[in-house]
Amino acid sequence: MALDHDWAPAWRIVSAIERGEASALAVVEAALTRIERLNPKVNAFTAVVAERARAKAKAIDARKPGGAAPLAGVPFAVKNLFDVKGLVTVAGSKINRDHVPAAKDSPLIERLEAAGAILVGALNMSEYAYDFTGENIHYGPARNPHDLTRMTGGSSSGSVAAVGGGLVPLSLGSDTNGSIRVPASHCGIFGLKPTYGRLSRARSFPFVTSLDHVGPFARSARDLALAYDAMQGRDPEDPVCADRDAEPVTPLVERGADGLRIAIAGGYFQKGAFPEAKEALARVAAALAAKREVEIPESGRARSAAYVITASEGAALHLERLRRRARDFDPAVRDRLIAGAMVPASLVVKAQKFRRWYRAEVLKLFDGVDAILAPASPCTAPKIGQQTFVIDGVEMPLRPNLGLYTQPISFIGLPVAVAPVPLAPLPIGVQIIAAPWREDVALRIAHTLEEMGVASAPRPVL
Amino acid sequence: MAKPDETLDAYIEAAARALSLPIEPEWKPAIRANLQATLKHAALVDEFPLPDEVEPAPVFKA
Repeated sequence: MALDHDWAPAWRIVSAIERGEASALAVVEAALTRIERLNPKVNAFTAVVAERARAKAKAIDARKPGGAAPLAGVPFAVKNLFDVKGLVTVAGSKINRDHVPAAKDSPLIERLEAAGAILVGALNMSEYAYDFTGENIHYGPARNPHDLTRMTGGSSSGSVAAVGGGLVPLSLGSDTNGSIRVPASHCGIFGLKPTYGRLSRARSFPFVTSLDHVGPFARSARDLALAYDAMQGRDPEDPVCADRDAEPVTPLVERGADGLRIAIAGGYFQKGAFPEAKEALARVAAALAAKREVEIPESGRARSAAYVITASEGAALHLERLRRRARDFDPAVRDRLIAGAMVPASLVVKAQKFRRWYRAEVLKLFDGVDAILAPASPCTAPKIGQQTFVIDGVEMPLRPNLGLYTQPISFIGLPVAVAPVPLAPLPIGVQIIAAPWREDVALRIAHTLEEMGVASAPRPVL
Repeated sequence: MAKPDETLDAYIEAAARALSLPIEPEWKPAIRANLQATLKHAALVDEFPLPDEVEPAPVFKA
């Protein structure tokens, strides 16, 4: 079967190149053409590195056949908080444009390229990653490929618009409170937020050191596994990166979900969800025959503690910029950060103490279950410009609240795969939450749902 | 007695001075709203009883 350049998953591109059905250069040229045609619609890319990508593709094509690298010829792009050699790491801001261009690629880019993937550009994001909507006053909002009048979700907005819109099959984002999982849900793609400390954050622009994670997006669970495996491993440049051997998951994803004990998150995670979030969760639970409900204790308080730590650490990061360049921030980000600078330290320390207590309590649940299902976002993608939504009868601001169901999970660094459920007219995702270092479990379940046709990345008409 | 809003405004003024943060008057309502929201979240954490011995989550290793 001929390669469908516009929508093929990464694993299919790799096999086509390995069999000589396509060249890496042809794959990259097709991606560059799509970016040129579609980016004006979705506003996903802030920089394209076409010549670099062509050179890399030619190098891959010049290699002798056989022993293909696991991501040979797969075009990918990164949220513009990752260092790309020669580009300024703007992190969605105007202020960082004054930085010098990065001298080196981030280690995750180096590792993906060592596995044969080809970087094609840098992607739009919410300013300094402090936002769930994907709007950006400096670069414009990334637009949802399923409805260009709707939000992508944030903060990894360009990362999901690029993959969900078919511009590239693979991208990288970051997730402090939900910035991989919320936008993956809104744009109907798979996303992986690995265990805290699993993937190196070196040479990426930080936000909240206690909570920052990085991870991949793709249109299939197998692609997430391939990318994740290529990026795992120690990195002395990131003190948070785990001193732990890589544990490849690609050989495990096709094992199916039989024998896995899968439960549904009750209580907090069932309050406030819109009907479409409930419908997606019900479909996934039914497909997996998951009936048992577990209560993740004190989840609401965990979210609150994450909120406090985020406000405070984010403010500490930006304090000097707030003093000198306050007018150059997006006002919505600036005002949150200034408020964060004023949170008493005693309350932040209490939030960190609570985090240890909560971690111990939640880990006990994994004695009895292997994975927990929960909504990834309360609703499908809201309209661009929408400021509020109604949760449980209370009107709340969107920007901080779209991460209602993601924050209590990343707060203690649990690995999560998001499986997109292709509801009409808009997709929505489900979180598959596993115990620390058990990305294999989350990805096995995501892959199983994909095989069953319950989860899939719907193809938009653009 | 000062109203809660006035108390928070005074706190914001004082904190801004202590931190050398320049604040324009028109930013204050949003800063206050954000601080109020964050303090509300912090109060939920603060009121939760924890043993004195609980270590904060981040652990430094020398």
